[in-house]
Amino acid sequence: MASMAQAIRMALHVGESKLGVTEIFGEDVGAPLGGAFTVTQGLKTAWNSPLDERGIISTAIGLGLAGERCVAEIQFADYIFNTVDLLKIAGNTLWCSNGQYPMPIVVMTPNGAGIRGSIYHSHSFDSWATRLAGWKVVCPSTPLDAYGLMISAIKDPNPVLFLMPKALMRVRGEELIPGEPEDEKTLKAMIDAPIGDRSKWKAKWPELGEYEVAIGEAKITRSGDAATIVSFGRTMPLCNRVADMLREESGTEVEVIDLRSLYPYDWQTVKKSIQKTGRVLFVNEDTEVTNFGEHLSQRAVNELFYELMARPRVLAGKQLPGIGLHPNLEEASVPHLEDILHEARELLAEVP
Amino acid sequence: MAKTQVSKKAGAKPASKKMPPPAAQKAAGKSAVKAKAVIAPTKLTLPKQIQLNMLDLMIKSRVLEERLIKVYKAGDSYFWIGAPGEEAFGVPLGLLVHKGQGVEYDYLHLHYRGTPTLVAMGMTMEDSLRLMMNRSTDPSTGGRNFCNHYCFPKWNVVPVTSPIEVQYGQAVGTALAQRRHKSKGISIVTGGDAGTAEGDFAGALVWSTRPGMELPMLITVQNNRMGISTSYETQHGEKHIADRGKAFGMRTTVVNGNDPIETYLAIQTEMEYIRRTGKPVLAEFEVSRLYGHSSADGANRRDGVCPIQDFEKHCVDQKFIKSSEIKQLWEDYDVQSRAAADLVRQEPVPTRESIWDHVYANNENADWRKF
Ligand SMILES: Cc1ncc(C[n+]2csc(CCOP(=O)(O)OP(=O)(O)O)c2C)c(N)n1
Repeated sequence: MASMAQAIRMALHVGESKLGVTEIFGEDVGAPLGGAFTVTQGLKTAWNSPLDERGIISTAIGLGLAGERCVAEIQFADYIFNTVDLLKIAGNTLWCSNGQYPMPIVVMTPNGAGIRGSIYHSHSFDSWATRLAGWKVVCPSTPLDAYGLMISAIKDPNPVLFLMPKALMRVRGEELIPGEPEDEKTLKAMIDAPIGDRSKWKAKWPELGEYEVAIGEAKITRSGDAATIVSFGRTMPLCNRVADMLREESGTEVEVIDLRSLYPYDWQTVKKSIQKTGRVLFVNEDTEVTNFGEHLSQRAVNELFYELMARPRVLAGKQLPGIGLHPNLEEASVPHLEDILHEARELLAEVP
Repeated sequence: MAKTQVSKKAGAKPASKKMPPPAAQKAAGKSAVKAKAVIAPTKLTLPKQIQLNMLDLMIKSRVLEERLIKVYKAGDSYFWIGAPGEEAFGVPLGLLVHKGQGVEYDYLHLHYRGTPTLVAMGMTMEDSLRLMMNRSTDPSTGGRNFCNHYCFPKWNVVPVTSPIEVQYGQAVGTALAQRRHKSKGISIVTGGDAGTAEGDFAGALVWSTRPGMELPMLITVQNNRMGISTSYETQHGEKHIADRGKAFGMRTTVVNGNDPIETYLAIQTEMEYIRRTGKPVLAEFEVSRLYGHSSADGANRRDGVCPIQDFEKHCVDQKFIKSSEIKQLWEDYDVQSRAAADLVRQEPVPTRESIWDHVYANNENADWRKF
């Protein structure tokens, strides 16, 4: 099975060969490296840009103004912060021009903690990103979803921010991408650049099929009626495990929802689940004050107050200026399995 | 005339050798207030018809800007910013631009002093006033943005936005598209002197001169020697902003932007070079700022070389036009601008419900309440 990095790479290949993507660029995105997380190896339109995040986003905007399709990468979400005003412009260009200049660009960036990345390779940008009106924001948690969301992002006429959970980039999926060879080694030999001299290497792309994950559609990954857990990205597999543990331990069935898109978000799926369970926990790893989960939680309170059996909870990253390198520091800063399990137990135990 | 310099590294030659030697070089670098009014002493010339057309458009642009200021002062708008004093730069640019839509044509990444360029390209007074008075009929923004924040897709005038200097980076993107399409179109970017301290300006120099990937860009700076209230002298050690291009091996030039003939010829020459070589040029134009920065500092007439007055004198001296005819032009445009304002005042304004229009393409819902 493909890793998320390979899945995104294959989607980008579809993008440049079938969907009109003309430029894939960013720091170390072209040969020989093919991206810090190898997402752009072997792509024919991938190139190395100057080390200038503002230049990367500005260039993407200019390409968008000229009607070109591009995918730009910011090497780590930690380094996207100095482009925030440009991201605002990308998000407001259509609106400011009263509908005249669409901005069909994709920006992808590795997001969040989980790779022992210390203070500047562990930042999350997801809550910040939800404040960028005019953008669509997605964050997959499986390779297949990453593939399908990237295809949708490329086709979308709006700017799409594609957040790649750093910790999940090398994790292999459980579902085959249409056209993906069944054997991992075969895929690796076809699309992973070799160690050593790569100057003559060319990717051999499998015949990849159409697969899209519509932006704005969540996915129920575990069904249940005792409580609802809503998450995305790195914490998603942890939430699934918590649901599995609770089922094994006491037969409690927790419903888990992978939001996949942060904006627009699938409120109908979330709402229906909360109406069924009366209990909800929102989990993500961005810092906790004015966190996106708070918006969802507030909405749950406002719209479903009389259907709730327990107060909604948000479990997010601590309001800290950074994530320390030592595992003790990192684990105490962003949600981990134990934290989610603890919150889920509290949620389930609350007596109205 | 324009002082064109090409670094040895770039190996390029000035596109035109026909132009006479610099006449007013010494004055370069002085404040706009002291800037020279140089038209007569140079041998630079242009066909009479072009000169008269420029004069006409410069007057039209000035009258329009003064009308915008009056509209502001009458309380019919909330803010004014614009280009009185920059007509000798903006009008030639507007006349020379290869206008149209798409990568085959020139892109204009303007800042908030683009009226003279747009007037020269054919924008009506009404359309400028619609933006000024935030009418729903405003073709640039539908009443959403400040005056002089133009947007005309039919001419590749991409949306002007307030954050200083961001247009320089965006011009890299359109120029890259033009390069990929092997088009003869170029990307033109304008901005002030103070803004060149932003990293985006330096970024544009880096991105436009990547070896083997040079971009067809006319990178311009209108140096009025002021930010809002901060003078160039107190913040900039470099004599000419254009000099910064030399480090990148790019062609640079410093032009008396108060002289429409010199400016016209310089822009023409540089555009020719860019279209021929596909390489960028950094061109600095020394200009005046005759009504201060914006309505934020009063929008009142200040001292300074008026490029129009000088050019009028030149045209009269050359016997191209009589003073009385010039006077008539001012009066006619004044009547026209008043009528345009009266018309636009009657036009509809944006509705409250329209705030959600165009957040997403095809008016896809972007309001979370409806998700
Ligand atoms: C990024 C940013 N910072 C500050 C401002 C506020 N501001 C608007 S115009 C201006 C001065 C710009 O001076 P200059 O670049 O010389 O251009 P000029 O207005 O003189 O044409 C400032 C500070 C802004 N619009 N954008």
